[in-house]
Amino acid sequence: MTNSKPSAKSTKKDETSMPLSTTPSSKLSTTDKVKLSLKNRHKKESRFKRTGFFAVIFGFMLVLVLIGDIGSKALPAFHQHWVKLDINYQNNWLNIDDTSEENLKKANYRTVLKKSIYHMFPTESGKKLSRKDKRQVFKLFSTNAEFTLKDYLISSPEYLNTQTSVWVRLDDDVDSYLKENFAQGEAGLRITKQQAQWLVKLSDENRIESRFNFSFFTASDSREPELAGIKGALTGTLLTMFVTLLLSFPLGVAGALYLEEFAPKNRWTDIIEININNLAAVPSIVFGLLGLAVIINLFGLPRSAPLVGGIVLTLMTLPTIIIASRAAIKAVPPSLREAALGLGASKMQVTFSHVLPQAMPGIITGGIIGVAQALGETAPLLMIGMVAFIVDVPTSIVDSATVLPVQIFLWADSPERAFLAKTSAAILVLLALLLVINVTATMLRTKFEKK
Amino acid sequence: MNTSLLFTVLLCLTLVSYWVGIKRSLKVAGGSKHRKDLTCLPEQFGLLTAMVCGLPALVTLLIFNSAEQVVIEQLLTTTLPTNIQALSSIDFGLYLNNIHSLASTETAQALQLVAHTGSDVTIQNQHQAALTLQSLNQQASWLKTALVLIIAVVSVIVLVRKFSLTYKARQKSETIVRGLLVASSAIAILTTLGIVISVLFESIRFFESVPIADFMFGTQWSPQTAMRADQVGGSGSFGAIPLFAGTMLITFIAMLLAVPVGLMIAIYLSQYASAKLRSFAKPMLEVLAGIPTVVYGFFAALTVAPVIRNLGESFGLSVASESALAAGLVMGTMIIPFVSSLSEDAISAVPTALKEASLGMGATKSETVVKVLLPAALPGIVGAILLAVSRAIGETMIVVMAAGMAANLTANPLDSVTTVTVQIVTLLTGDQEFDSPKTLAAFALGLMLFITTLGLNILALKVVQKYREQYD
Repeated sequence: MTNSKPSAKSTKKDETSMPLSTTPSSKLSTTDKVKLSLKNRHKKESRFKRTGFFAVIFGFMLVLVLIGDIGSKALPAFHQHWVKLDINYQNNWLNIDDTSEENLKKANYRTVLKKSIYHMFPTESGKKLSRKDKRQVFKLFSTNAEFTLKDYLISSPEYLNTQTSVWVRLDDDVDSYLKENFAQGEAGLRITKQQAQWLVKLSDENRIESRFNFSFFTASDSREPELAGIKGALTGTLLTMFVTLLLSFPLGVAGALYLEEFAPKNRWTDIIEININNLAAVPSIVFGLLGLAVIINLFGLPRSAPLVGGIVLTLMTLPTIIIASRAAIKAVPPSLREAALGLGASKMQVTFSHVLPQAMPGIITGGIIGVAQALGETAPLLMIGMVAFIVDVPTSIVDSATVLPVQIFLWADSPERAFLAKTSAAILVLLALLLVINVTATMLRTKFEKK
Repeated sequence: MNTSLLFTVLLCLTLVSYWVGIKRSLKVAGGSKHRKDLTCLPEQFGLLTAMVCGLPALVTLLIFNSAEQVVIEQLLTTTLPTNIQALSSIDFGLYLNNIHSLASTETAQALQLVAHTGSDVTIQNQHQAALTLQSLNQQASWLKTALVLIIAVVSVIVLVRKFSLTYKARQKSETIVRGLLVASSAIAILTTLGIVISVLFESIRFFESVPIADFMFGTQWSPQTAMRADQVGGSGSFGAIPLFAGTMLITFIAMLLAVPVGLMIAIYLSQYASAKLRSFAKPMLEVLAGIPTVVYGFFAALTVAPVIRNLGESFGLSVASESALAAGLVMGTMIIPFVSSLSEDAISAVPTALKEASLGMGATKSETVVKVLLPAALPGIVGAILLAVSRAIGETMIVVMAAGMAANLTANPLDSVTTVTVQIVTLLTGDQEFDSPKTLAAFALGLMLFITTLGLNILALKVVQKYREQYD
């Protein structure tokens, strides 16, 4: 429609500067020209509309592909394969005499595990397994298996010198292999043909079972994918969010109250306002640099601590909370203030007893949105060292900790295949948290609007 | 007492002093029957007392805590033998670290034992120093506890002695609250100042070792500085042009996706869509805006990048496994809702009279949009795009996970490039000392990032203000 030529004849239709894409012919009247071009214009109209519609559909598709991709990758992480082993707790293998607690703790469970496993896989000729085969068969089971045996014997010491069945985890490579539907007994991933055939034997004896992966929620980070869980990161996230909420909410509300209710209209107030708007658009990683240079190096607060993470995220979310709170405070009708002032309340009393309660739902919504933003933030936390490999669950805000998004980042970098599913599952947990938070905010807002 | 316990005690004291203030004011009035004789309510007296109890003590605690370590270190240094004081700053830092770990892990008795009977003088000295550190720490802890508690109690006593029937407790507490409000709003200024000062100072230190022109216009980026003089590959050149170019390339790809799609979504939703579709589509697109960037990074690195590589290879193209295209496309996805919601605001801000006039003259809807609405909303849309660009430049996680580390100077979207934010993260997350040009370079990059995004934001604001046509 851009190649239109305004007609030479000046009629009232021309002033609308409508496109006339037919061949210019001075014999036709303007009405005829418009009529001739109509079909073409309508075609363009529907094409334009269709483009817009496809853009919206494209947006939907992106959401679905993203969530669907991560969801499908996450599913394997929620269950895990266990195997039933016939364990013989012989005391000469354990290297202990009695079942005193001290002895049980230091006993040699690895030998028990190894001997029991080798016993379960006799070679066809009745000879012993070769050293290479031994290593291969031992690799089928999680490195954590000996501790499972230990816990089992400690909880029921009567099994000393007897044979019993114990369920232990399979190694993460085996777990991934079993989840990928390879043909029975075929090599795949990092599993050799020999190992695959042993696995067939195990599953023929109904020794392999798929269970819900509880340890994903109850364990901390680990180098072994079959043992790694998100408890440590989740605790770190909660601690960090606690600090963020505790600092950013009061500070944000106080700042907004001052700017809306008390601040005189002068240069200083203008500067603060421009500042807040600009801060809201500063890249988050710059706040990380601030945290590293000022909070850690200058004030000497501990690295990797939720306290520092919380402070950095507070500075980052403060503008969001102030802007949202100011909007909520502005929406309180002036008549309310005037009525209270007329009855002799002081400015401070008006603000805290009348304006603030009225604006509270809006402020809370803004605060929740700010926290949701902080919850998903990763980059500034990398700068202040919350990226370390931490096995312990943090117990206070000055312990070393990591948070869920950083855990996702760390796992995404790991080469083990099983971490792919773990990462996706951690992402699902993070998204679920965000969903809960946002739904809460929306519900609060609609409840407030109904009043 | 450690800080958190002290903090809890202080909180309890504050609560108690609230009650003390009320009791004291009632006593001044002569019993609760005469409470009307007071100019202010007893609760207002209580509030003032609580604030006077808590605030000065809290400020003292904060100041003490931030200064504590520095002062202790100074005191410790003066007690050390002169040959250790003469060590270079790095070795001295190491020595101090050793002492700190000794002091925190060993008991005083064990330290004392080694300090007297240790195998040689250095070890004896070290343990002696750890012992000194322990006692200094203990003294500091006592001093802190005493100081904070005394300040809290004394200020309450001084205050309540002043109470009288005409004492203006409410006015005084309101002044304090007002001061707190002002302080809270000033934090935004302090944050900006903190950013500027920290980034600027470290950058200046960096530019002392690397000339600013080399940094701004150099085309070689390899920040690995040599530890030893004869080391291979440790040239340490800091030319940031490849980083700037990489950032631009990825941002450009992102915009190429986000601007047309975002704009079309905005137009369709504001002009064509039914109310039902709108109410469904808007939250759906907001999901895209709410997804954490680390999730996008994962998606880009593990799903999009392999797809692009396989696709490219089936056409016989060589595609890097960490191509700029993958990072750019995913970043564009992230920015779509940003562009669409800001553009929609700009389009809806155009007066309906203009739209109706155009439709009334017989223009089709698309003609109205293209020839009337978009030109009128242009400043708003340009502002939105500028903000989106600033967002893309500052975005970190997607590029850290999906773009490469190699600083290639290329315009080929199938190649691997690196960006400013990737390099900041890489330089600062490894093992490092704080003073090497390598870590300081991260701050120089941070300064560039801050200036660029700030400039873009201000420009966006100016565009909107200056070119917005004033409709009546």
